[in-house]
Amino acid sequence: MADEIIHQPAARLAALLAAGKLSSLELVQACLARKRAVDDRVQAFNSCDEAAALAAAQASDARRAAGQARGPLDGIPVGLKDAIAVEGQPLTCSSRMLANFVSPYDATVTQKLKAAGAIPLGRLNMDEFAMGSSTENSAFRPTANPWDLTRVPGGSSGGSAAAVAAGELPLTLGSDTGGSIRQPAALCGIVGLKPTYGLVSRYGLAAYASSLDQIGPLARTVEDAALLLGVIAGHDPRDSTSFQAEVPDYRAGLAARKGPWRLGVPKEFFGAGLDPEVSAAAKRALEFYRQHGCEIREVSLPLAAEYAIATYYLIATAEASSNLARYDGIRYGHRSAAAKDAIDIYTRSRAEGFGSEVKRRIILGTHVLSSGYYDAYYLRAQKVRTLIRNEFAAVLRDCDALLSPTSPVPAFKLGEKSADPLAMYLTDIYTISVNLAGLPGISIPCGFTGGGLPIGLQLIGRPFDEAGLLAIAHAYEQAHEWSQRHPAL
Amino acid sequence: MKFEAVIGLEVHVQLATASKMFTRVAAGYGEPANTLTDPVVLALPGALPVLNKAALDQIIKAGLILGCSIAPVCKWDRKNYFYPDSPKNYQLSQYDQPICLGGAVEIELPGPARNVMGEHKKIPLTRIHLEEDVGKLTHGAQDTLVDYNRAGTPLMEIVSEPALASADEAYAFLTSLRLALVHGGISDCDMEKGQMRCDANISIRPVGATRLGTKVELKNLNSISFVRDGIAHEIRRQLAVAAAGGTITQETRDYDGQTGTSQSLRSKEMAHDYRYFPDPDLMPVRVDEAWLAALRATIPEHHFDRQRRFMADYQLPYTITSVLVPDRGLADYFEAAARLGAAPQAAANWIANDLRRELAAAKLPLAASKLHPAHIAGLVSLVESGVISSSIAKEVFVAMFQSGEPPAAIVDRLGLRQSTDTGELEKWVSAAIAANPKAVAEFKAGNEKALNPIKGAVMKASAGKANPQRVDELARKLIG
Repeated sequence: MADEIIHQPAARLAALLAAGKLSSLELVQACLARKRAVDDRVQAFNSCDEAAALAAAQASDARRAAGQARGPLDGIPVGLKDAIAVEGQPLTCSSRMLANFVSPYDATVTQKLKAAGAIPLGRLNMDEFAMGSSTENSAFRPTANPWDLTRVPGGSSGGSAAAVAAGELPLTLGSDTGGSIRQPAALCGIVGLKPTYGLVSRYGLAAYASSLDQIGPLARTVEDAALLLGVIAGHDPRDSTSFQAEVPDYRAGLAARKGPWRLGVPKEFFGAGLDPEVSAAAKRALEFYRQHGCEIREVSLPLAAEYAIATYYLIATAEASSNLARYDGIRYGHRSAAAKDAIDIYTRSRAEGFGSEVKRRIILGTHVLSSGYYDAYYLRAQKVRTLIRNEFAAVLRDCDALLSPTSPVPAFKLGEKSADPLAMYLTDIYTISVNLAGLPGISIPCGFTGGGLPIGLQLIGRPFDEAGLLAIAHAYEQAHEWSQRHPAL
Repeated sequence: MKFEAVIGLEVHVQLATASKMFTRVAAGYGEPANTLTDPVVLALPGALPVLNKAALDQIIKAGLILGCSIAPVCKWDRKNYFYPDSPKNYQLSQYDQPICLGGAVEIELPGPARNVMGEHKKIPLTRIHLEEDVGKLTHGAQDTLVDYNRAGTPLMEIVSEPALASADEAYAFLTSLRLALVHGGISDCDMEKGQMRCDANISIRPVGATRLGTKVELKNLNSISFVRDGIAHEIRRQLAVAAAGGTITQETRDYDGQTGTSQSLRSKEMAHDYRYFPDPDLMPVRVDEAWLAALRATIPEHHFDRQRRFMADYQLPYTITSVLVPDRGLADYFEAAARLGAAPQAAANWIANDLRRELAAAKLPLAASKLHPAHIAGLVSLVESGVISSSIAKEVFVAMFQSGEPPAAIVDRLGLRQSTDTGELEKWVSAAIAANPKAVAEFKAGNEKALNPIKGAVMKASAGKANPQRVDELARKLIG
């Protein structure tokens, strides 16, 4: 049984549960068995409360037996990035700073998952405080790419992507600040969706950059992503930046919207630095849409291409420098044993508790907000951000979605870029501007390299038009078999 | 050389709201340490602020009361600094766009005598902005404890222009500001509970100079009297330095109200860089005309306007209005009695003197009094129409304060109606004349005061029920 179900899409598992051919307990046990079999190599999990998951599975089976199943995700395990709060479970952000922190409360998305009957299972590895693109910045250990254990899974939601690709979990949640869901989804050959800023509540997500962070699903299929998005989306009175929007039935929308669509191709996203195999795969996807009657038009996003990375690293680090100030060793988290007074608690605890990438970004962000530099850096970056947003809005007036590679390169070797922060930052070159513009973006598998590494296609949609974006992605996915390939572990 | 002082005040006032500024936890005082907390107050990972609209209502109301212009958009900034009483290590505050700009506090300076109204002046305000309060540190010998109960309580900072000229003006400023805010329901302004805190910036300059001198910031002024004493002390100190040919150094000083001395905390203003930037977790709030109009409708009459009205419309003396007006409940009580037809001056006297005395003796708040404005109106009318005398009225007042029984009922029950029966009166007066021949002789010799013992004897014999006016007339007639 276990071998048959570990790579099944959540929608298929939900059908088996509904038909009584599978119990939630069996499903959770299968996931735990798979985790025991592969996770010492993949290292996607930071921790896992197996007893809580098994108890929740039994409760789900009892509900179903009583005819009170709560919907398609009832009984389905969902893994959470270790930055999303689950009451009574560790919340480490893969940092020494929070290595022993247990959250006393649920994030809104966690509450929504529980209300839908889904089973929070596992705390998944990430780049420390979501800062990174390879999960190598985890203070605990790097996660490996299930397709090639010598390579990175991408990041920062690397654990969330690898766990799905490795068959350990059917669904996971990640967070995306500059590409942290889409890029690891691309590198691990799965689907990852970053919703429009404001569609999903950030309450209970340890903040990296507040104006850019969004929680989103990682899944085996577009349909699964639609199912999970439907559960977590919606206005939250505890998040002032959450939008008062109706949440449609995303899964029903997949079949209802058939196109043909007008798709824009930003010419700058096919320029220098793009791996030829990735480029070729993205262009084949483009041809597919063209052959299915879509109007393909070349568009230009010169500001996004030129300034997105610089703008992002000014705004994100500025917000991060302030957001991470709360980790001071006073109320919770790591406190240096050597500290002698209040200032000493701050300096030693933070020096010991944060890794080098986190320190780099705090220092950068502190600098850009400093008196005398604020106007030149932070304020100017905000103005450029507005221009980038306008640039996208203008292009999306005539296009239903934009199409590009997700990452310029497939999964790279562990250690290959970790000594060169700038090279690492450039792996987010196609995803980062989407966060600056607040738009929804999805990465779906669109092929493999000659060496067998997955390649991701990014589709960028209009604000709050996740339904349209998912339908466009679904149309491609239905005509290809990429999601049916699984890594040999 | 002659010097003058220039003083500016920064006043922090906690707003009276049921819950904290950015979360639903109760705002309170005196609870066990760290019980008024939640993930937002403690700045746990993932917690987000959500604005308590009541806090914004309160500060806008305060701004309207003080005549500020209200910004059309309320925006939030982060003020970044590390301190253990600040859970996020940034404070949500307002930097470049405070919600209230301008405005003024009307003050009254001490008059030439206690019963004469003093000079009034308007002290202009620079701005009022909203921010969250921090926790409280308790320093022990070995360690420091933090209590976050106060953290996140809405706090407004009122900044005056450097436009106060003396310690007395600062005292008058805070007294008037406190009244305006208490009357508006903005805050209880209890300085002992830290609901109102004041820092003063003080400098001196040669009279006639326009440039400000070097300022000294005085902190820890935790009562209105300490503010006055501390400022007076600091002005004297600066004048002494100047007289000795020294220069004032820019510093922050700590004033100790108990000993009346101050000492330097920081010799120079530390170069803080708070790295302000707009908070990305909170959306700006648009404040429209309808919102302002709704709040404007809840604003009570300004206390000085009311005092002037009481003096003009009711012809009340300044001293009585100075008792009634600062206590909004008492002034409302008086106006209710006046609306019921009571003669204003008589009603005001009963309320300002007798009612306050009885309440104080019974240790009761006005709201718990069994005596209502209708009682006062009834009593005043009984005296005015001659049914009872003023001295009987005092008895009736005490009786109705105890029982809440209407005054007319008490008068009837105890048979206290004033006698106007001429036959009965004549008997009493004749007896009194007969018993006081010496007084009669003196009165006949032209001493008006000699009539008093005769009238007193009549009042005694009648147990106070004789109408004094009629007794006077009869006595003159019968002696004459």
